[in-house]
Amino acid sequence: MSDLTDLYQSVILDHNKRPRNRGKPPTANRVATGDNPSCGDNCTVFLHLDAAHRIDAIGFEGSGCAISQAATSLMTTQVKGKTAAEAEALFNEFKEIVTTGNAPEEISDLAAFAGVHAFPARIKCATLGWHATLEALKQPPSA
Amino acid sequence: MSLSPNLRIDFPALDQHVGGKPLVYLDNGATTQKPRSVIDALARFYERDNSNVHRGLHALSMRATDGYEAARARASKFINAADPAEIIFTRGTTESVNLVAQSWGNAHLKPGDVILTTEMEHHSNLVPWQQLALRTGATLKYVPVTGPDAEHGLDLDALDKLLTPQVKLFAFTHLSNTLGILNDAALLCAKARAVGALTLIDAAQSIGHEPIDVQALGCDFMAFSGHKMAGPTGIGVLYGKRALLNAMPPYETGGGMVVSVTYEGATWKPSPERFEAGTPNVADAIGLHAAFDYLDALGRPAISAHDHALAMKACAALSELPGIRILGPKPGQPRGGLVSFAFAEAHAHDVVTFADQDGIALRGGHHCNQPLMRKLGLSSTTRASFYVYNTEEEIEILVKSMRRILKFFAGT
Ligand SMILES: Cc1ncc(COP(=O)(O)O)c(C=O)c1O
Repeated sequence: MSDLTDLYQSVILDHNKRPRNRGKPPTANRVATGDNPSCGDNCTVFLHLDAAHRIDAIGFEGSGCAISQAATSLMTTQVKGKTAAEAEALFNEFKEIVTTGNAPEEISDLAAFAGVHAFPARIKCATLGWHATLEALKQPPSA
Repeated sequence: MSLSPNLRIDFPALDQHVGGKPLVYLDNGATTQKPRSVIDALARFYERDNSNVHRGLHALSMRATDGYEAARARASKFINAADPAEIIFTRGTTESVNLVAQSWGNAHLKPGDVILTTEMEHHSNLVPWQQLALRTGATLKYVPVTGPDAEHGLDLDALDKLLTPQVKLFAFTHLSNTLGILNDAALLCAKARAVGALTLIDAAQSIGHEPIDVQALGCDFMAFSGHKMAGPTGIGVLYGKRALLNAMPPYETGGGMVVSVTYEGATWKPSPERFEAGTPNVADAIGLHAAFDYLDALGRPAISAHDHALAMKACAALSELPGIRILGPKPGQPRGGLVSFAFAEAHAHDVVTFADQDGIALRGGHHCNQPLMRKLGLSSTTRASFYVYNTEEEIEILVKSMRRILKFFAGT
């Protein structure tokens, strides 16, 4: 049981129950969908960059487990205001956390996902929304 | 005529703890555990008889050849085929279906023809037909499933309308791996035959659970996998009527399947060799032979009764849980040996991870039924699938675990 409370931290349960930034923001003009073919879950991320190429609006849709829903929800709160390069750097830190279980002090809420590393099959749940976001950042804006 | 609970000791893998709890293995729809006799047959082959087949004249090669051909004859008897030459060894259900799609399909289908399948098929009995339709210009049509939870099964009125003389093949599953619905395969074959269509039964989920007689069912082809019926992975069967097989071009070409080869061309042996190019999977065929023996010693009517009873009991007990949606037959209605379900409050992935901590092996996901899931408005379900060694106590453990999970997620 202790393993599971490590995995399902209260931050995760909270974001799963009350996802932030669900739905398509009205200004969004870049979109990408990530699929988890092994379980059928998917996640679509919509975003918009301001004149300084920073994310000023982001939202997501899709269905998934508590880990993927919470990771995506939390991710949307963390990448707002960031450039593509900054978002990618943050994702690399997040990937490090979920694969090794080691989280640097200053990394805040994302550290809640450290427990994922003990469940390797769930790593792709935690990174689904991140992959969709990085993909959306590479898309050309729609008119 | 019921199964003995003592048979659990025949399965070495069941005797272990997972996360400190005794293993409750309920992922039999994915693959079953193997009895000692199958494991021993594999070991015995590699320890004593290992050799290539159909080529050597030495003692070991003759033993290997005899063992391989005896497995074929045993498979033929297991499904009551008319002749062992109607049994082609493949890697499993998926390869068996692909063999028919590539060999029979490429040779016989043209634009205007219809391939008929159903909305409840596993990707293995769906994607090969999609690809065949793309290659040949034939049209693929689906018999719909009915009911909000697909509980009414295939729409037989729709089937009657879809069965036109343009239908060249009707491929359907015997037992749905997601719904637990057992189709009336004899009826479906008879309807198809009435319009001159061939039939292919995907027996992946039924072969290890139900008595099967291909002549009584009246099918033209049947596909199944050894690993879902207590046999090894990597071996399966394509059954086909002999005249059909001998009129089909090869699937793969190479050694073992040719009569003579010149630099200009080659001629083919009849079935089954025609479809078994290269060194076959001798060891696993011999292991499969032991699995056929094991299941017949238990008695297939008894296996079927056991698995159905457990699934019905699980369905009834799970239906008491808050916010559960059970696919396929409703509680009290007959079902094949599995039940899949979804909770409003907890996603299948989370359920499977929790259950694993209780020592329970379940499957969570789309079960290779993505179009069906989409139709039912789900992205995934949790599935418990039963076999000869499962017990009523294990259902209690399952239900208790599910209650704990729901409490955890509802309390957040
Ligand atoms: C109904 C059905 N058909 C086909 C298959 C594919 O079997 P295999 O992966 O052994 O080829 C499965 C396996 O899950 C199945 O349940």
